[in-house]
Amino acid sequence: MTKNVRISVTVNGEQYEREVEPRLLLSDFLRHELGLTGTHVGCEHGVCGACTILFDGQPVRSCLTLAVQANGHEIMTVEGLTEDRERLHPLQEAFWEAHGLQCGFCTPGFLMTLLPFLEENPQPTEAEIREAISGNLCRCTGYQHIVDAVKLAAEKLARQQV
Amino acid sequence: MKPAPFDYVAPGSLEEVLATLATYGYDAKLLAGGQSLIPMMNFRLAQPSVLVDLNEVTELNWVRRRNGGVSLGAMVRQRQLERDPVVAEVAPLVHDTMPYVAHPQIRNRGTLGGSLAHADPAAELPVVMVALEAQLRLRRAQGERWVAAEAFFEGLFTTVLAPDEMVVEVVVPVLPPRTGYGFLEVARRHGDFAQAGVTAVLTLDENDVCRKARIVYLNLGEVPMIARKAADLLVGEKVTDSLIAEVADVGAREEIEPTGDIHATADYKRHLAGVLTRRVLKLALAKATSSQ
Ligand SMILES: Cc1cc2nc3c(=O)[nH]c(=O)nc-3n(C[C@H](O)[C@H](O)[C@H](O)COP(=O)(O)OP(=O)(O)OC[C@H]3O[C@@H](n4cnc5c(N)ncnc54)[C@H](O)[C@@H]3O)c2cc1C
Ligand code: FES
Ligand code: FES
Repeated sequence: MTKNVRISVTVNGEQYEREVEPRLLLSDFLRHELGLTGTHVGCEHGVCGACTILFDGQPVRSCLTLAVQANGHEIMTVEGLTEDRERLHPLQEAFWEAHGLQCGFCTPGFLMTLLPFLEENPQPTEAEIREAISGNLCRCTGYQHIVDAVKLAAEKLARQQV
Repeated sequence: MKPAPFDYVAPGSLEEVLATLATYGYDAKLLAGGQSLIPMMNFRLAQPSVLVDLNEVTELNWVRRRNGGVSLGAMVRQRQLERDPVVAEVAPLVHDTMPYVAHPQIRNRGTLGGSLAHADPAAELPVVMVALEAQLRLRRAQGERWVAAEAFFEGLFTTVLAPDEMVVEVVVPVLPPRTGYGFLEVARRHGDFAQAGVTAVLTLDENDVCRKARIVYLNLGEVPMIARKAADLLVGEKVTDSLIAEVADVGAREEIEPTGDIHATADYKRHLAGVLTRRVLKLALAKATSSQ
C-alpha cells in the first residue's frame, strides 16, 4: 500500500483540502473529487490538449500533472471563467458567435490555452493564433472557425478594456 | 491509462533528493516536468515504486551568466529557455530552437534536465547542447562529475547517469566571435516530434575562412549524431555553395543511421538530412558573415 497525501489546493479561488493517492492525476482529481467536469480528458498522454487548465496562471496538461503536485498551488479550470452562469466570458461568447465549437469536447482546453495567450498578446496575428492552438486538437469544428473566434475574442476583450 | 501505485516524496532541497536517490536507487524515479515520465506511467511503461518530485526544489532553477556563456539549473523550464533574455543573448541557438519543442503547454512544465535525461533521439535540446559543446554537471550523494554533452548520451533513451545520479547543471559556453548557427527540422505538424532535423554552428576567421564547424543531426540515429567528417570538410576553407553541397552529401550519406517508420522511410529521412544540411549551413554562414 502506498501512503495517501494530504493536499491543499486553490481551485477557481476556492480552497480545497483532500487526502489523495499519489497516483491520482490532476485531471481526475478535478473531475471526480471536485466534480468540476468541465475539464475534459481525451488522450491522457499530453497530445490532445482537452485537459488544459491553468497552473499558477500558466496553461498546462492536467493529465500530465499529479494531484499531489497541485499542493499549495492555484488552479483555474473552465468553470472559473465566469461566476455568473448567465453571462459568459467574452472568450466564450466569441466561440459561440463565431461557431468555434460543435460538440464542445475540445473547447475547455482551447479556452484555457487562449485566456493567458490573449492577455499576453492582445492583438495576435493569424500565424500567432495558429501556433498558440497547435497543442489543442479539435475533431469536428475545423480550425478556421476557432481562429475566427480568437480574433473576435481579441476584439471583444479590447472593447472591454476601454 | 492510469499510473500504477507508487510512494511520493517532494523534497525541499537538493541534499534530500540525493539522499533519497542513494536510498532507493533503481526503484526511484525523478519527476521533473513529467511531460515524458507521466505519459510513460499512464501507459505503465514506467512503474517506479518511489517518485521523487523535483518541482519544489527551487535551488535547481537558475539562469546565470558564466564566463561569457550561461549556466542553467536542471529545473529551468523549457518555456523559460524560450523567454529568458540572458539565454537569448548568449545562447541564441537554444532560444531559437525552443519553439520546435512540443507546445507552449508542454514547455510550461517540461524542463531542461528532464529533456536531456530522457535522451529521446527526436528531442531538440540534446542535439543543440551537443552542437554547442555544453557541459553537464551530474551529482550523487557521494560527489559530482562534469560530462560533455556529447559523452552523456549512450543510446536510445540511455545516458551515462547512474541510478542514484542526476543532472543538476548545464553550462553552455560563449560563442566565439564570427560564429553563426541554425536549427531546422521537418515535422508533420508544428510541435510534433520531428522526422529529421539538423543544427550547425560555424566559426569564420576575418578572411571568411571556416575555423570550426559542428553539424549534429536529430532523430537520425539513436543519439544526437555528430557529423565529424562532413564538418571537417569545411575547416580551413571558404564556405562556397558547392562545398556546402558536398558537405551535405557526406553528412546525409555517411554520418547518420536513420530507421524507417510509418510516416517516413529511412531513404526519405536521408533525403531530408541532405536538404536540411544545405539549408542550415547557409543560415549559419549568413549569420557568421554578418556578425562581428
Ligand atoms: C505531446 C507532447 C509533445 C512533445 N513534443 C516534444 C518535441 O517535439 N521535442 C522534444 O524535445 N520534446 C517533446 N516532448 C517531451 C517534452 O519536451 C518533455 O518535457 C521532456 O522530454 C522531458 O522533460 P520533463 O522535464 O518533462 O521530464 P520528466 O518527464 O519529468 O522526466 C523524464 C525522465 O528524465 C528523468 N529526469 C528528469 N529530470 C532529471 C534530472 N535533473 N536528472 C536526472 N534525471 C532526470 C526522469 O526520471 C525521467 O526518467 C513532448 C511531450 C509531449 C507530451
Ligand atoms: S487528455 Fe491531457 S492532453 Fe489529452
Ligand atoms: S468541437 Fe468537437 S472536438 Fe472540437
